[in-house]
Amino acid sequence: MNTAVLRRIGLAAAAPLAAAVVAIAVSSIVLEVSGSDSIETFRTMIENGTKLESIIDMLNRATPLYLSAVAAAIGFRMNLFNIGVEGQYILAAFLAAVVGAQVELWAPLHIAVIMLTAMVVGAAWSGLAGLLKVTRGVNEVISTIMLNFIAIGGLVAGLLPRFIDDPADPNQGTATIAESGRLPDLNSWVELFTREITKGRRLTGVFVVALIVGIVYHVVINRSRFGYDIRASGMNPSAAKVGGVPPKRMVLIAMAGGGLVAGLVGMPEILSDTHAYDQGFIQGLGFAGIAVALLGRNTAGGMAIAALLFGFLDSSAAILQVSALASSEIVVIMQATILLVAVIAYEVVNRIRQRDEVRRAAQLVEAAS
Amino acid sequence: MIRSKRLLAAGIAASLVLAACGGDDDDTTSDDEPAAADEPATDEPATDEPATDEPATDEPADADEPATDEPAGEPMESFNVGLTFDIGGRGDQSFNDSAAEGIDRAVEELGITFSEAEPNADGSNRAELLQLQADSSALVIGVGFLFAGDVAAVAAENPDTNFAVVDDAMLDFDNGGVPICDNCAGLTFAEEQGSFLVGVAAALNSETGTLGFIGGVGGFGLIEKFEAGFEAGAKAVNPDITIIPQYITEAPDFDGFFAADRAKEIALAMYDQGADVIYHAAGGSGAGLFEAAKEQSEASGSKVWAIGVDSDQYFTSSEEVRDYILTSMLKRVDNAVFEITKAQQEGSFAAGNTVYDLSVDGVGYSTSGDFLTADQIATIDDYKQQIIDGAIEVPTVPEGA
Repeated sequence: MNTAVLRRIGLAAAAPLAAAVVAIAVSSIVLEVSGSDSIETFRTMIENGTKLESIIDMLNRATPLYLSAVAAAIGFRMNLFNIGVEGQYILAAFLAAVVGAQVELWAPLHIAVIMLTAMVVGAAWSGLAGLLKVTRGVNEVISTIMLNFIAIGGLVAGLLPRFIDDPADPNQGTATIAESGRLPDLNSWVELFTREITKGRRLTGVFVVALIVGIVYHVVINRSRFGYDIRASGMNPSAAKVGGVPPKRMVLIAMAGGGLVAGLVGMPEILSDTHAYDQGFIQGLGFAGIAVALLGRNTAGGMAIAALLFGFLDSSAAILQVSALASSEIVVIMQATILLVAVIAYEVVNRIRQRDEVRRAAQLVEAAS
Repeated sequence: MIRSKRLLAAGIAASLVLAACGGDDDDTTSDDEPAAADEPATDEPATDEPATDEPATDEPADADEPATDEPAGEPMESFNVGLTFDIGGRGDQSFNDSAAEGIDRAVEELGITFSEAEPNADGSNRAELLQLQADSSALVIGVGFLFAGDVAAVAAENPDTNFAVVDDAMLDFDNGGVPICDNCAGLTFAEEQGSFLVGVAAALNSETGTLGFIGGVGGFGLIEKFEAGFEAGAKAVNPDITIIPQYITEAPDFDGFFAADRAKEIALAMYDQGADVIYHAAGGSGAGLFEAAKEQSEASGSKVWAIGVDSDQYFTSSEEVRDYILTSMLKRVDNAVFEITKAQQEGSFAAGNTVYDLSVDGVGYSTSGDFLTADQIATIDDYKQQIIDGAIEVPTVPEGA
């Protein structure tokens, strides 16, 4: 009995451990081959990564990654491959920036207007893919790819000229949102527990939003009837249908729900950073979120760890270059290795688990007969 | 290069999961296209311009430099420069490489040290890079206008470090053009002056009296400067000359800097209309113009010309088209980086904008290939001197615009 428990724990830890070991091994080889000192590189990464300022960087990077991962995971949970987060969050952030710059309100209301605009736009855009699936049977992979193109290359590129603030500025962007529409940073809260945060680092207020989203996601998926329906539809659609779960409605709700969260992905920039949509707006978070969701196995906690890990690695890229230890590509190599090994390891662990299960069932049957 | 790196980064996640969405990653490049496109510049040594040894103290004609009386520090022997590239970094055959060349020369001639860095593929950590650079550097340079906002913020946190941004004036135009901060400088270029000179070269080499101008992206003011200068230069030689201007796309659609196929079509149409010299300010699209020049010349039997931009494109283009590149308008990011580093060393760093113009070889023209005759070069240099002396003022807005 005890060995069985140990075996289960070991299996659970195996995948992340394997990913870490292989990633460190591969990147050490790459570092040594390219003439860098691998030990020194890892030492610097850890030393720098444990500074308070670097932790703020890591959290600021992890926040949108996590939101993007949750947005994708909602669909993944019921085998809906929603890869449209990219288009959803960019369109949402753009329109939220436009709307936010038009008004000046009581601060909490102004911030709420911006966030709600983003969430509604994200949900509507994503819901479109859901609608296409339930009414016309269009595969969501195809439709979300198409909708990404339409959102970014069509709508945002087409609409931006109408809302450009200063035509003479090479960095063309929307007007800056007024003071009331800016989310306060969390520095004073962090400083309560630590020391003063220096070097101009500011922890985005959206971090709290990401925490709330994570908790809500966890509770809804694992503790609600609706979450049960989602998981059931994902595991066995026909059984779920027979069990009374309306498949079309589930698709619509899951897609729109994913879009709702996707709308928040661009909020750190709009609410805390540039307060406008301009040429420097960070794109690609939608795809990065898929990687985080995959690594975190679509669970609230797993994705949080994955987002923090990616945030840590991304923020290490700076120190490695400035201290001339390694090129920033090493970080990309590490992320890709971790992801690849983790996905393979998860699959291996899954098969071992299934084999164990079969064996245990066989033993029970044998004992009973 | 830039495109492929972004593809790599954005695609890693997606492509591992699903090969089908690989094509979609293209979208993610769009936000950086302006930066990339803006400066497909030089990594060639200036073959013709004795660019380097200008004393930085003879203040590059700073049209809009306000607060120069602020001494930025004592002369310093050796110090560290934090050169912060934009996405693409060293090796992009473009403005990052040009900046790298400037810092390499500064190392050699001024004895400074430097650390270099480039942002993540999605450009998410520009501010962090600048801050880290500031920790160990006396001067931090951001290559590209996308650094402007982050430099302003980081400079405020690091009053003892000086900052410079390539291609942004770092002036607060809402408040009458004062520097955004006391320790940041803008490094911009008088593209219209260099364009004027190649306009002169074009007019001198045109037999039909018709010229073409291909702009990559219109509507945001920068490329119009090239057109205005080119037009003024050509008309200075021959007031009756006809110039056909055309822009590939309008901002914020920055694809015009990456559309060699469309540039080629436009160029062929212009040659058909009688143009025999075409100047482009269209970044990567220029390759299409060069091909068109070659095709047209071979098909018609009479030679037509193309004029390159930013770098000496005689060297950066493929060998088959070299013979059709009359000259190139040079934008010397390397000189700007070198000069600001030198100013830092001499203690003469000043906040505000410095326009790198003809007087400091911030812009210029190339003579590689020896297609310009000695007489023509003398004429062009005469105009150059008149511009430096102020006898000719080059417009920044095209006629009738």
